[in-house]
Amino acid sequence: MPTATINGKDVQIDAEGFMTEPSEWDEAIAEVLAGNIGIELTDAHWKLIRFLREDFAKQGETATTRRVQTVGGVPTKVQFELFPKKPAKKMAYIAGLPKPKGCV
Amino acid sequence: MPALVVLGAGTAGTMVVNKLRPQLGPDWTVTVVDPSDLHHYQPGYLFLPFGTYQPRDVVKPVAHVLGKGIERVKAAVDRVDADAREVHLAGGRTLPYDYLVIATGTTPRPDQTPGMAEGMGRNVHEFYTYDGAMALRRALEGFTGGRVVVHITEMPIKCPVAPLEFAFLVDDYFTRRGIRDKVDLHYVTPLPGAFTKPVSARAFGDTLTHKGIELEPDFVVEHVDADAGTLVSYDEREVPFDLLVTIPLNMGADYVARSGFGDDLNYVPVDKETLQSTFSDRVFAVGDASNIPASKAGAVAHFAVDGFVPNFLAHIQGKPMTHRFDGHANCFIESGHGKALLIDFNYDTEPLTGVYPYAKVGPLSLLKETRMNHLGKLAFKWIYWHILLPGRHLPVPIRMSMAGKVPADHAEDEPTDDAPPIPSF
Repeated sequence: MPTATINGKDVQIDAEGFMTEPSEWDEAIAEVLAGNIGIELTDAHWKLIRFLREDFAKQGETATTRRVQTVGGVPTKVQFELFPKKPAKKMAYIAGLPKPKGCV
Repeated sequence: MPALVVLGAGTAGTMVVNKLRPQLGPDWTVTVVDPSDLHHYQPGYLFLPFGTYQPRDVVKPVAHVLGKGIERVKAAVDRVDADAREVHLAGGRTLPYDYLVIATGTTPRPDQTPGMAEGMGRNVHEFYTYDGAMALRRALEGFTGGRVVVHITEMPIKCPVAPLEFAFLVDDYFTRRGIRDKVDLHYVTPLPGAFTKPVSARAFGDTLTHKGIELEPDFVVEHVDADAGTLVSYDEREVPFDLLVTIPLNMGADYVARSGFGDDLNYVPVDKETLQSTFSDRVFAVGDASNIPASKAGAVAHFAVDGFVPNFLAHIQGKPMTHRFDGHANCFIESGHGKALLIDFNYDTEPLTGVYPYAKVGPLSLLKETRMNHLGKLAFKWIYWHILLPGRHLPVPIRMSMAGKVPADHAEDEPTDDAPPIPSF
């Protein structure tokens, strides 16, 4: 697994650039990752990122947009406004969590 | 007297009872619960709208597909009480069990997308139910030209290749009717490409292009406006249609949610290698009803059940379950004009190109349109009714093999300098 230096910290990433070790993440890294994809983090963004981190700690899986709506209480429409085009993937990237799984 | 109760007499449930009944002693009762008197060959729905299959090809009485010594209860399930080991049926009856297999599958739910159910049967159609496929047949017959949109609401769906096959067959159908030039055909998907995984997504993307079918990727539908004839996405893109063929959101049975153990989409959480539920060592879920990270498809259920049966027989004797399901399955993909493709994959290996070494028949091409694959697809209906459902042995290996496959090119996977890659969204 390749490693990269983000905000002065060595972290493990996959081929696409997603962090693979959630414990290596911190909030300063999130700011850098968000900047990488042109997103400036507001309180509304942080509310979502913290939900994703807490939910992952409990479930061991990255929440889907559906779960963020039903359990996290943030409507899918709002997720699209905050993380345009691909909210599930972008939220996971910034929150340092594995990309949501896709099956055949 | 130990009791096995199986919920659902679809593909997975029927295979489970037909395989287990002869192996369990005469002291066991085997009961299957299903509200319907009819068993449907669901892969055949794909061919109903085009008149290729007739109703008699896809429907048989449940009584004809169940083996001897299996009790049938015609009822819907209200909820499962896993602590008390009881199934509460709609209507008030209670069925106690020693072991429970949940096989109630997944169901299209047009009610879950605003505007979709309202348009259903008018300019909005689906082919994942018998009635829907027959209504779509009438709609296609009356269609003389305009925009046809084939659409997936959200993954996962039952038989994820079926929407692609349907689009290919629409192209074939209107070509045969001589009005293909009057039909504007579009494929709208929430996925970033034509399919789920890179190698097959490229292959199917090429096929769509070749057939003049326009791809609209990354489209997550927010609502359907049937009156205006538009699909509207969360990021406010609009796709107009004259005829929409949608695959609605798929969900597991509602009683799974009422029983308190379902996930966000009412799927039963299980160990992906043994299909044993995470909440009770007496409850299993097979087929589409479980949350295993594999396609929701009869082919997956078939391969999974082959390992489940010896596992179950070991488990009830207090022995460890030694068969580890690897997510392996393969399926033929109809591409129209008398040809089909074949894919073979498992939890870890995406569908690849190459050949599939099929015993006696000879090698079949993977991810490539051939006449031979089409014949395989048609032969499958016979195999389904006469080999799979009765629980007879189909001579194909359960676990996936890399023999004949061309590995995906991983050259681009390794970052080449210190700058971390940034995902392209």
